[in-house]
Amino acid sequence: VSPSERKASPKVDGGTDSQDVAADLGVDHQVIVGAVKSLQALGEVISAEQKSSRHWELTGEGREIAEQGSHEARVFNAIPDEGLPQNQLMKMPSGKVGFSKAMSNKWIRLDKAHEGGPRVFKTVEAIEDTVRDKLQLVQKGQSAKLEDKEKNELKKRKLLSEVTVKSYWITKGSSFSTTITKQETELTPEMIASGSWKEKKFKPYNFEAMGVAPDCGHLHPLMKVRTQFRQIFLEMGFTEMPTNNFIESSFWNFDSLFQPQQHPARDQHDTFFISDPALAHEFPQDYLERVKKVHSEGGYGSQGYKYDWKIEEAQKNLLRTHTTAVSARMLYKLAQQEKFTPVKYFSIDRVFRNETLDATHLAEFHQIEGVVADYGLTLGNLMGILHQFFTKLGITKLRFKPAYNPYTEPSMEVFSYHEGLKKWVEVGNSGVFRPEMLLPMGLPEGVSVIAWGLSLERYVDTHT
Amino acid sequence: MPTVSVKRDLLFEALGQKYTDEEFDELCFEFGLELDEITSEKEILIREQGGEKAEGASDVVLYKIDVPANRYDLLCLEGLVRGLQVFKEKLEAPRYKRVSPADGGEPQRLVITEETASVRPHAVAAVLRNITFTQERYESFIELQEKLHQNICRKRTLVAIGTHDLDTISGPFTYTAKPPGEIRFKPLSQSREYTAAELMSLYKTDSHLRHYLHIIENEPLYPIIYDSNGIVLSMPPIINGDHSKISLNTKNIFIECTATDLTKAKITLDMVVTMFSVYCDEPFTVEEAEVVYPDGRLSVYPELAYRTETLSGDFINKRVGINESAESIAQLLTRMCLRSEVSGEGDLIQVEIPPTRADVIHACDIMEDAAIAYGFNNIVRSTPRTYTVANQLPVNKLTELLRQDLTAAGFTEALTFALCSEEDIADKLRKNITETRAVHISNPKTADFQVARTSLLPGLLKTIAANRKMPLPLKLFEISDVVLKDETKDVGARNNRRLCAVYYNKSPGFEVIHGLLDRVMQLLDVKPGRNQGYHIQAAEDSTFFPGRCAEIFSCGKSIGHLGVLHPDVISRFELTMPCSAIDIDIEPFL
Repeated sequence: VSPSERKASPKVDGGTDSQDVAADLGVDHQVIVGAVKSLQALGEVISAEQKSSRHWELTGEGREIAEQGSHEARVFNAIPDEGLPQNQLMKMPSGKVGFSKAMSNKWIRLDKAHEGGPRVFKTVEAIEDTVRDKLQLVQKGQSAKLEDKEKNELKKRKLLSEVTVKSYWITKGSSFSTTITKQETELTPEMIASGSWKEKKFKPYNFEAMGVAPDCGHLHPLMKVRTQFRQIFLEMGFTEMPTNNFIESSFWNFDSLFQPQQHPARDQHDTFFISDPALAHEFPQDYLERVKKVHSEGGYGSQGYKYDWKIEEAQKNLLRTHTTAVSARMLYKLAQQEKFTPVKYFSIDRVFRNETLDATHLAEFHQIEGVVADYGLTLGNLMGILHQFFTKLGITKLRFKPAYNPYTEPSMEVFSYHEGLKKWVEVGNSGVFRPEMLLPMGLPEGVSVIAWGLSLERYVDTHT
Repeated sequence: MPTVSVKRDLLFEALGQKYTDEEFDELCFEFGLELDEITSEKEILIREQGGEKAEGASDVVLYKIDVPANRYDLLCLEGLVRGLQVFKEKLEAPRYKRVSPADGGEPQRLVITEETASVRPHAVAAVLRNITFTQERYESFIELQEKLHQNICRKRTLVAIGTHDLDTISGPFTYTAKPPGEIRFKPLSQSREYTAAELMSLYKTDSHLRHYLHIIENEPLYPIIYDSNGIVLSMPPIINGDHSKISLNTKNIFIECTATDLTKAKITLDMVVTMFSVYCDEPFTVEEAEVVYPDGRLSVYPELAYRTETLSGDFINKRVGINESAESIAQLLTRMCLRSEVSGEGDLIQVEIPPTRADVIHACDIMEDAAIAYGFNNIVRSTPRTYTVANQLPVNKLTELLRQDLTAAGFTEALTFALCSEEDIADKLRKNITETRAVHISNPKTADFQVARTSLLPGLLKTIAANRKMPLPLKLFEISDVVLKDETKDVGARNNRRLCAVYYNKSPGFEVIHGLLDRVMQLLDVKPGRNQGYHIQAAEDSTFFPGRCAEIFSCGKSIGHLGVLHPDVISRFELTMPCSAIDIDIEPFL
């Protein structure tokens, strides 16, 4: 126990103020504060409650006056009975201030007409230096004896200042002791080796503080949700499609999906077209002819759109507007197999729309897509599979709204009941691919292809 | 998706029933519409132009209803009400009939001259006789034309509609095309005559019409329709003449549609006449008009064609996943304005597709309507028995594994745009744009989307710039695709999966990035070494600081670079600290 720590230990059961301790022991208050803090660190030896009080203190000039007397008293005392020439008086350190104060106190007078220049004389025999007396009271800590008015006057003269002092109210703690053991901060290998830890006391931990952040990297939150969706598809037996081709021809992005060439989605305002390489060159020729025919003349039980289909439009390269372009390529490939086999495909990848970025518009986002091709699939199957898919995300309440999409019929918007928002929100789109899309590819008549899609970004926005 | 705005009270009056907002919303949902917004003219004005402008505007409640893009028959109050009434079985779908002039007179005739061939070769026409307008009907008539113009007519490029007071003009009408200087008439809402050339400059500042000028602006001949006295009916697709304008008091309407797409013109004309013939003295009848082509061929319009499709109840049941009798399916279809009957042979159903349902082009469209009428949400949800084994795409599988391990190595994943400016991949990386093999976008709205990225580095450096306030060091990575021109591909370009990581700190940290390469190679099971392993060797690359760049080789093949970035690159991305980076192609490791 250091001397100041011992000093800081309360002498009385009721407690004491750290300022009083400092005054009693005649040491600086800061020394006591340091002692209080180091005792506190030991646990419950003492308890100290911080408080603040205001008190008066002498300024530098105030302390000088308390020692040497006020300027006016010093001026008075410097004047002999025969008086002093004013210019000589003014040369004194306290001359200027002391002269005017002493004049207003009527302790001295100035004889301007005196021969040999203006001369100052005492007017009274003796004076009482009240300023010095008051300051000395404050210095002794007895400022309470002064009236507020007096203190304020001295403050105005910059002899006194009011200061806030933070002190501690110290009382005995629950494990108060007059002897203290230094507490250890941490267990060390040496303590374990020597067994000295058994004798030691350990400083308590502050369990309120935050831990140190681990030194590690993080996955991007959106990509974590992508992984989650990918996992769900894999659990459901879906095979991942090769969507690593951002550049697509209008043919695969639109024409193969039976999306007519005048469709607004094919407008410059909605789709990014490519200037270099501007055109796609290779297409499966006979398939292309069948696509052309179904658009312009119909067939496969369809009336078609009855317009002049142009290869030039189909050749235009673009940034794919949906991953369904890849689904079309995959279904075409499937149709080229000697014998049809059922498939379940999925993809999660970037798609692009010609938008200007703002809070609600992105020029690129991730489309999640699922496709099932098999004989005899029904609309009820699509709803059933969507139910399974969304159940894996914790979304169990679904309902379906009729919608329009050029390449699916029927088309359904998928709504889920949002427990947080207490309303139905759209979570995706779905449908059965049109025969005008599937039959020209060469898929057998009885095969239905059901599909659905949603935006990863939109899902994350509304559901996480 | 087009939005139709209707007055709520007028709608309920026409439906013969009042609904709460929730009930009407539910009805819409079931039918495939969406009650998008409940508002009023006043509210719209307050929102768009502020409170002052809205003073005195109408408080009448408006329903804004989203209509599927292919249902042109629901684009006006008349059509919506008809569709919903039939759906609720309160009304039988009307039969639209084309009739000859009542007094046995000649039909109106529109003669097309060969000059139109170069600019807008098609035209169709029809007459609505003895129509009675009210203020609301009149407004709806104008509004429907506008909706059709915006949707099926593709902003008047494919089709433009002109409607005229037939009693102010006299046929036969001539649809021709003339040089703009030779066309002169008083257009709608103007007080004097203009030449076509003058009109084009007059409308340059017209907030509505200026959007259509480009359709004919650069043509040597402008389309124009005259009556037999030389009066201008319209100059499609821009403006009608003032002389023949319709009003509340108009009784007989001549409708012409000029077009570049004849199919769409026929549909548009059918829509206008089927929707508004309800207000004729003889409802749902439309007087025919003849169109004579330059080659002498004569066609009679409107077509108002009914088509019959035959399909089996079994087809519908199997596709939808329900089990209904043919009779009940016929009833469901009839509720969708597709009048249907069981034909008597097995479960075959005869379905009549009316001229209002141009969207029905295949049996699958009929199947959908049966499902809607049955109620999507009444269909039993079942799981298909399709058995398949899942496979991951190898490049994605590898990406997933590497991402996990890179975060474990202390690097944080960034997700950056695949599109960027030319500057990002060229100037800022101290490269020449021509050597980047970048794919260029022809129509970006902003410079941020001029090219597809050829490197992941700019995105990561921008991410660092946006996170400069975070404590150092910043360690970021991304594994994603860049796009490169490649003539061997059908579209002339391909994606390439790359791994890029950056280390940004007060010291360059080449050793940190190098250590990351060693770790990645360890994960890929490639040992250090010159031949079957990997090694790095000094290289010059303008993006990197001279003498601080190395090329990475794996099994003798170059896979990328690592090094300390050139100070100019750092400052061009508005960064201030040294930075080292690695950029490799991961496809060789598949």
